[in-house]
Order: sequence, then C-alpha cells, then structure tokens
Amino acid sequence: MLSKKNKEILLGPLSKNNPVIVQILGICSALAVTAKLEPALVMAVSVTAVVAFANVIISLLRNTIPNSIRIIVQLVVVAALVIIVDQVLKAYMYQVSKQLSVFVGLIITNCILMGRLEAFALSHKPWESFLDGIGNGVGYGIILVIVAFFRELLGSGTLFGYQVIPQQMYDWGYQNNGLMILPPMALITVACIIWVHRSRNKDLQQ
Amino acid sequence: MNKQGNTYTIIYTSGMVIIVAFILAFAAIGLKPVQEKNIAIDKMSQILNSVNIASTPENAQELYGKYIDDSFVIDANGKLVKGESFAMNIADQMKLPEDQRTLPIFICTDNSGAPKYIIPLSGSGLWGPIWGYISIENDGNTVYGAYFAHQGETPGLGAEIDKPPFQKQFQGKHFFIDGAFTPIAVQKAGQKPQNGADYVDAVSGGTITSKGVQNMLQSCVKPYAQFLESLNSKNI
Repeated sequence: MLSKKNKEILLGPLSKNNPVIVQILGICSALAVTAKLEPALVMAVSVTAVVAFANVIISLLRNTIPNSIRIIVQLVVVAALVIIVDQVLKAYMYQVSKQLSVFVGLIITNCILMGRLEAFALSHKPWESFLDGIGNGVGYGIILVIVAFFRELLGSGTLFGYQVIPQQMYDWGYQNNGLMILPPMALITVACIIWVHRSRNKDLQQ
Repeated sequence: MNKQGNTYTIIYTSGMVIIVAFILAFAAIGLKPVQEKNIAIDKMSQILNSVNIASTPENAQELYGKYIDDSFVIDANGKLVKGESFAMNIADQMKLPEDQRTLPIFICTDNSGAPKYIIPLSGSGLWGPIWGYISIENDGNTVYGAYFAHQGETPGLGAEIDKPPFQKQFQGKHFFIDGAFTPIAVQKAGQKPQNGADYVDAVSGGTITSKGVQNMLQSCVKPYAQFLESLNSKNI
C-alpha cells in the first residue's frame, strides 16, 4: 500500500515539492483566509478533501475521458465537489462558512486542483492519485495554518479565538499589530516561510 | 467506439451532466432544512444585536424567545396589516414604491420594561448589499441600538460598519428634530449636516459604504415615520 514510491508521492508535497512555497500555487486563498486559525484550518481540510476526491474520480475516469474535453470534465468534477463542500459547511458550520464566504466557491479556481488533476491524476492509478491529493492538500494546509498562526497571534493576540497573550501584557503597553490582519502581511509571512525553507534546502535555490 | 469522436464526446458530456445534476440536487435538498435553521438563528442573533444583547448560535433561539415578544407588520400609514414579519424579505420590499411596502416591526422587552421597536434595514454599499437592524425606544425617536452587516465591503475600511465602535455611535441619536423626520446622517469626521440632523462619524476610507448606511437609514426608516410619530404622541 505504501511503497517507497507512494511515500514519496504522499510526503513530497509537504516540503521539497510544496504547492504553495515551492510551486507558488494557491497564493490567493492563502492571503484571504489566514487572518484567523479556524477558517484557515477549515479551508485546508476543504481543499484537501476536494483535491483528494477529485484526483480519485478523474483517475478512475481517465481512460474514458475524451481528450478534447478533458479540462471541462475536470472542472465539472471539481465544481461539483466544491458545491457539496459548500453546502455541508453551510449546514453544519454556518459561522465558519460565513467567514469563508466566497472563498469556498473559489476553491474551484485554485490552481493546485487543476494542476494536480492535469499533471498527475490523468496518468496515474486511483490509489496513487488519492495519496497525491492528500499530500498536496496537506502541503497547502500546513502553510495556511502556519501563516494563520502568526497572523492571529500577532494581529489579535488569540489562537482559535482564545486569548493567549495575557491581559497583563496589554496593561504594560503591548499592542496587537493591526497590520497583521490585513492581506499584505500574509504575503510577507509567506515570503518569510519561503526564505527559511530555501535557506534550509539549498538544492531549491537557483 | 471511437473515444475521440464527436458522438462519444456528446454522449459522455450528457451523461456526466445528468449524473452531476442528480448528485447536487440530492445534496442541496437533503441539507436544506439544516441550512434554513442556521439562517433563521443567525437572523435572530442579528435582531438581538440591535437591542444590545449578545448571543451565540447556541443560545440565540432561547434569548430571542425571551426578549423579542412580539412582531407585526404595518403599512405606510401606520395601520396593522397581515403578514409574517420574520420571514419577510426586506430587500424585495425596498424595490416597491414607498406607499406599497409592508413594514415589519419587532418588539423587544428587556429587563428595563419599556418596549423597544426594531426596524429592519436593507441597502447597498460599495461592493454589494448591506443590511441591519435599528432599535428605537418607545418615544419613537431615540435610537437604542443599531446593528449593521455587509456581504463583501472592503476589509479594514467599509467593512468596519459591522464592528461595535461604529454601531455604538448611533445610541441616543434622534430621528425627529422639532417634530420633523430627519434621518441620522453619517458624516465625515468634523463635518456637520446642513439640516441640523443628528449625525455619526463615517468610517474613514469607507466613504461609499458610509453613504450607503446613511441612504439605508433614510429610505428604510422613512416609511415608518407615521408609526413613530404616533408612538411619540402616545407615550410622551
């Protein structure tokens, strides 16, 4: 089940082949939903679920899909899965779905999805495609959660909505950094992560 | 069969579309009751917000039952008409001419005893719809509390209208000056409206959203003017 090659498929996207910080895909949503940890985590789980299942479905259909409409078929599969995720969130996590608002729908346009379907699922077996989907989804999610951790901690002084910076600090004059909540700081945080990552993986440097 | 041929492609897409349509319709219908309950609870919590009662999704229903003890629908002359105020779509009502609208009102009796009258609002901001609720004390004039929400105003600028610092400004403002209906203005800090109306500070950098709030207050509360006046003469 987990041969050496499959392990590479699953774990590669977590670091050496990370979709966000190495391939620079899916940046848009990484900026939009990372002001708080909770929506970032829900977004990460949603994208992982969608990319894993879309990969499996496309991989199962790969020998039947007419080549001329393969992009359309991929889009239909992704769009259907995203709508299902959106409906489930609206039903069981209404507050989070309000915060994520249009960004759930925009998973459809997340480049990671089309990239994986086109580059991997169309030419691999379902189980490998599933692992690839999980790997890429988690690789995307890790970055989202790291960015959200710093933005929520420094921007709001909370983690998952719980106050972690003690009141005493505020009494001594500490202030939350309002800039962290705004989108530009997500870009800068992602850039810092890329910096650290590249400096530890010399082979990624050009 | 030739997998690259036109016939195959057309059959393939038709089959795919039908299957996907079935799956989505099934998911949407299956989850609808739960979603509608969530939307209703969210609306309750917004109405409670306008009378300065904080609620969570867990206790909103209970608090709503406790504090909002009546609701009715009036027409532009202040007469009672038939209608279901909670389910009414305010945005649809706003499209009708002023004298044909049906106007829902919610009544809240909190611990202080005097009833507050809650009026729903609906308008448009810079990027999309904005809405809210404003509660008025039983003199039909003084604002008790206000709540605004938006769909997609600019974060940090126009989106500030859904934050307490902006909403708290409305408390104690008046809708009638010398017996004439003058809606509360939303003004750039340091400026005053010409007609002597009560005013609050606009959100800096959110001019169009702030104007939207002002227009919304004007257009949504105006049809209630007769009703508010009658409250005023009854209770003062």
